Amino acid sequence: MMKAEYNFIANIIEKNSTVLDVGCDDGTLMEFLKKNKNVNIRGIEISKEKVQICIAKGLTVIEGNAEFDLKQFPKNSFDYVVLGQTLQAFINPEIVIKELLRVGKKAIVTIPNFGNWKVRLDLLFKGTMPITSSLPHEWYNTPNIHMCTIKDFVKFSETMNFKIVKSLALINKNISNISKSNIFLKNLLGELGIFLIEK
Amino acid sequence: MNIRENIKTLIIEKPLKLDCGRTISKFPLAYETYGKLNKNKDNAILVFHALTGDQFVTGVNPITKKDGWWSYAVGPKKSIDTDKYFVICANVIGGCMGSFGPSHENPETKKIYGTDFPVITINDMVNAQVNLLDFFNIKKLFSVVGGSMGGMQVLQFVSNFPDKAKTAVPIACTSSHSAQNIAFNELGRQAITADHNWMDGKYNSKSTLPDKGLAVARMAAHITYLSKKGLQEKFGRNLQERDDLKFGFDADFQIESYLRYQGSVFVDRFDANSYLYITRAMDYFDLVKQFDGNLSNAFKKTKTKFFIISFTSDWLYPTQENKEIVIALNAIGANVGFVEIDSDKGHDSFLLEVPDFLNALKNFLDKSYIESNDES
Repeated sequence: MMKAEYNFIANIIEKNSTVLDVGCDDGTLMEFLKKNKNVNIRGIEISKEKVQICIAKGLTVIEGNAEFDLKQFPKNSFDYVVLGQTLQAFINPEIVIKELLRVGKKAIVTIPNFGNWKVRLDLLFKGTMPITSSLPHEWYNTPNIHMCTIKDFVKFSETMNFKIVKSLALINKNISNISKSNIFLKNLLGELGIFLIEK
Repeated sequence: MNIRENIKTLIIEKPLKLDCGRTISKFPLAYETYGKLNKNKDNAILVFHALTGDQFVTGVNPITKKDGWWSYAVGPKKSIDTDKYFVICANVIGGCMGSFGPSHENPETKKIYGTDFPVITINDMVNAQVNLLDFFNIKKLFSVVGGSMGGMQVLQFVSNFPDKAKTAVPIACTSSHSAQNIAFNELGRQAITADHNWMDGKYNSKSTLPDKGLAVARMAAHITYLSKKGLQEKFGRNLQERDDLKFGFDADFQIESYLRYQGSVFVDRFDANSYLYITRAMDYFDLVKQFDGNLSNAFKKTKTKFFIISFTSDWLYPTQENKEIVIALNAIGANVGFVEIDSDKGHDSFLLEVPDFLNALKNFLDKSYIESNDES
């Protein structure tokens, strides 16, 4: 499925670079980047069915789990490592971020923003765990066990001591920069945060 | 066994120095081909067979009159599409389907080699088979593919000839035979050598053969190719053509009867000494040791694109051992894809009708072929 943020991820990535897509799903982003940026791209994906789909598209993908299987890649193996909307699904996001920044010279991380006003209103008025179009699961079956907000991620960068080179918020299919002065608003309106990070 | 009709044989004139130190030359290599080699000679796939396989990959095997061992995967429109690719497969040296093996006559003594045949290795096998490329005038294969011992040959081939294959598909294999693998092979060899008809390997093919020993070896090995779940579902405790236990040692259970059958048909097509030699070659296989403990170094010089496939229920060459190859390749930035296929059919999954596997293999090859044509 072509997601709204793919264009913006492609804009960040330089042509002819090497990329690892962690949790590459059905390979849509990989194909998109291959076509538009001529990148040398690899994928890692936990679902056998999705790996099969990627192979059928002629993509180089290994079946594996980012929490354990990034270890096999040496330091700085790729120019970019992409982690699209899955950080919140890991048991240990700290390890995953560390691994991304070890394996990649830079990493692009996107997060569904739990600080979005719809999410906040859902909890405030309904008093139940929020269900929105980007977070469609019930609390008991959601893969998203470590939800965070745009603000949380910025704070996370300070604790984990990595640099945010670029931060973008996706609002109604439009993209805008996140800065210190507007973060309150972006954290309220943003559906998705896109971060280019490095050590 | 003499070279029979229906067997294509290439005589390798060039001397081949074996790992054991002996040199062989002017030796026969039996092979078969399927499909057509195209004008550019860029559509050739070298398939390597497993322990008990032979060059007759698909169609009807002219010797056994049964389907070729990889009929599910190889043929027109199949995973390895013979409408598209030119498939070559050779009987390994040490084998018994026409290639130089222990059942051949020693020209010096005029006797069958038996255990005087040199001990061969996986390395020797691929070094013999690479001669087929010259014979067909192929500079670079599109792919090298094989499962089990065939997969080991794929790894060794790419390591020995880093620029001779565009893609490589090692399936359900390992880079180094484990203690458990060696143990099961030793069990088979002991069964053969304990048969008094084996006679130190000097049995005469015209009279008594160590069939009982070879059948037991096959039965034991056959169990390792299946999964516990697969066996339970197929046979359970079902009885063989009887309503109750007979309180004796006949085959009461279907599984007993099945294994006995597997053993009995095997001895009709396989030579006991070849079984000793080929299992030995597998046991000696240790690509990690060949590269001083670092498997990555085996592939440092190659740009070959790898696709590694394992099966969930394969306990003979489990996923973890296949993954070690993936890890070694990723450590040097090689182009490698990997998938573990869900299957209850054990190690034998690669030989059987397992749609997820057959699709993955087809998709990888067909997409890579298009890609490689775009590049050139």
